[in-house]
Amino acid sequence: MSQTLENRAKPDAKTQLDIYRRMIRIERNDDATRTQIRRGRITAPYYSARGQECIPSAISVLLNDDDKICTIYRGIHDMVAKDMPLRPLWAEICGRVDGTCKGKGGPMHLTHPETGVMVTTGIVGSSMPIANGFGWAALLDGTKQVTVAYFGDGASNIGAFHEALNLASVWKLPVIFVCQNNGFAEHTRYENGTSVDLISKRAIGYGMPGYTVDGNDPVDVYAHAHAAIERARAGEGPTLLECKTFRFMGHVFGDADGYMTKEEKAEAIARDPLPIYRQKLIDDGVATAEELDALTAKIEAEVNDAIEFAMACEYPSDDELRRDVFAEEIPA
Amino acid sequence: MSTETLEAPAVETVKMNGLQAINAALMEAMEADPKVLVLGEDIADNEGGGVVGVTRGLSTKFGTMRVRSTPISEQAIIGAAIGAAMGGYKPVAEIMLMNFTTVAMDMIVNHAAKLRFMSGGQSQVPMVIRTLTGAGNQTAGQHADFYEAWFCHTAGIKVVIPWTPADFKGLYLSAIQDPDPVIIVESGKTLFVPMDVPVNQGPIPLGKANVVAPGSDITIVSYGQMMFTVMQAYEELTKAGVSVEVIDLRTISPWDKETVLASAEKTGRLLVVHEAGRNFGPGAEIAATVQETLFGKLKAPVGRLGAPYCSVPFAKKLEDAFLVQPPEIVAEAQRLIAMS
Ligand SMILES: Cc1ncc(C[n+]2csc(CCOP(=O)(O)OP(=O)(O)O)c2C)c(N)n1
Repeated sequence: MSQTLENRAKPDAKTQLDIYRRMIRIERNDDATRTQIRRGRITAPYYSARGQECIPSAISVLLNDDDKICTIYRGIHDMVAKDMPLRPLWAEICGRVDGTCKGKGGPMHLTHPETGVMVTTGIVGSSMPIANGFGWAALLDGTKQVTVAYFGDGASNIGAFHEALNLASVWKLPVIFVCQNNGFAEHTRYENGTSVDLISKRAIGYGMPGYTVDGNDPVDVYAHAHAAIERARAGEGPTLLECKTFRFMGHVFGDADGYMTKEEKAEAIARDPLPIYRQKLIDDGVATAEELDALTAKIEAEVNDAIEFAMACEYPSDDELRRDVFAEEIPA
Repeated sequence: MSTETLEAPAVETVKMNGLQAINAALMEAMEADPKVLVLGEDIADNEGGGVVGVTRGLSTKFGTMRVRSTPISEQAIIGAAIGAAMGGYKPVAEIMLMNFTTVAMDMIVNHAAKLRFMSGGQSQVPMVIRTLTGAGNQTAGQHADFYEAWFCHTAGIKVVIPWTPADFKGLYLSAIQDPDPVIIVESGKTLFVPMDVPVNQGPIPLGKANVVAPGSDITIVSYGQMMFTVMQAYEELTKAGVSVEVIDLRTISPWDKETVLASAEKTGRLLVVHEAGRNFGPGAEIAATVQETLFGKLKAPVGRLGAPYCSVPFAKKLEDAFLVQPPEIVAEAQRLIAMS
């Protein structure tokens, strides 16, 4: 059985608003990315996380700037939630020299240590073993830093997941393993690729707490992430969080998503976390509709500024091929 | 090694084998730099200090937080090393045998080797991967392969295969402080044959070959435990009146083109000998580079000796046939010399 959490921390009003801010920032950024690709202004493989905004947003409000994340190709939402500045992010998506990685990583391999985005990997399952190394370093440094490893449900079927959870548990590492279970691994439906009904059950095999949470409910994600982070900071070791959600778009931009039924998609969109959470904030008196609209407008301006900034940046020069292979430049 | 041809070094030396030399290098590096870590299967003293004892004593001295035995999880080992390296440490990760690097190939090739480049220089992965291999012990197909060509073909990781204990010590000291990932292969006999090591053996730069013996008729380039075989052939060729220049490459990637090209230009003939398969092996790269650069100056085509296109066999008789033997080197050298 997936465990249940006893004492549930609740986000205060300010935190609730901060979660919302991050969700809108993700959604606006995602929408803009798809629009720019559709208009032919950028050419890049893009894995939309539309529908999954709540997960990294409710987790990131609990993370400090120096807490780290290791994420995946479908992880731009995780970075935006961690407050990565959008200008270098967009410049990287556009392959420009002012990008976070000088245009050499692209949308599947963004790195931005200042905001704690340490590794973004295109290899399914690889975020977890590396996150462990950051956890080990934090233990040696004697800091209370935590590392979040984000991955998908499909990734929990890869050997690296099992090796990483086992090692993290044996070494009591301050790592939070966050599975964003969107129901599909590329085109494969969850139950056709995964042997258990709940991924959180796999935590039992590794001697760590495992929770399945409603990935569309910021309050639920927050409570469980809070417990996991506290536990990690207290030196008690890792936690596996399975956040159940749904991705509204195809696997990669342009994929026809024929493997989803119309009904399930409609039902998922009806549970779109954004409007629901917005309404909740208004109903609870956390913010007014006008305040939330103003926030959205501000974020839209930030996104547009980032796009125009990126488009105006230079492409990297060809000498970049010889740089950063090693610390020293490779002779021509 | 022929002592007549080489000046005895004026430095004080001690006899030790490769295993002791690596242990000494790790001790020294860990003492000097608290950021140096060691991890791998069975490496702490509670677990025996490593399968052949290379890491013996380290965990007792530095504690099990810095010297960590791991589960049998090659991806987890290399992953943890990568993260720790990016987190400011200098981990030395042991993959018990080179054949088991295959299990961690994603971590090594897609991550350790590429993170600096893909991050535009923001990420550093200063880690060492230690691994052991080598035919000659009847361990057969899955415990004795040389896969250096795979790693040499991957941009971003350095590949070192020492021969002498002194080189082990010096190259380890450099590799641990190198800002990039380095894989060091401990090849069979190189761990167990005692040789002289300068008492204060310091770092030896990566990427620099060692001219073991000077000569004028032919250059023979090799590395790792195959150097023992090459040195036997060297003795025979010398007796037969052939003047051989022997180069121990030490670092396979990036390899010391300058030294090899200068030597090949001088002697006009080059023979590359390695234990890895001849097909697509490191010798192919060296031969092609030398021929591209010295076309017209060579007296014979570049020769290559390596393992045949098969797995390492079990039966002693077959294993001997699999490994390049001194008479083959002698014959190939003489064939190349006879061509002009
Ligand atoms: C090791 C590996 N195998 C296959 C792929 C191709 N691939 C890319 S994404 C993907 C599906 C992964 O699904 P999941 O882990 O659920 O993450 P999601 O994309 O749903 O976020 C696959 C099979 C890959 N990138 N890496």
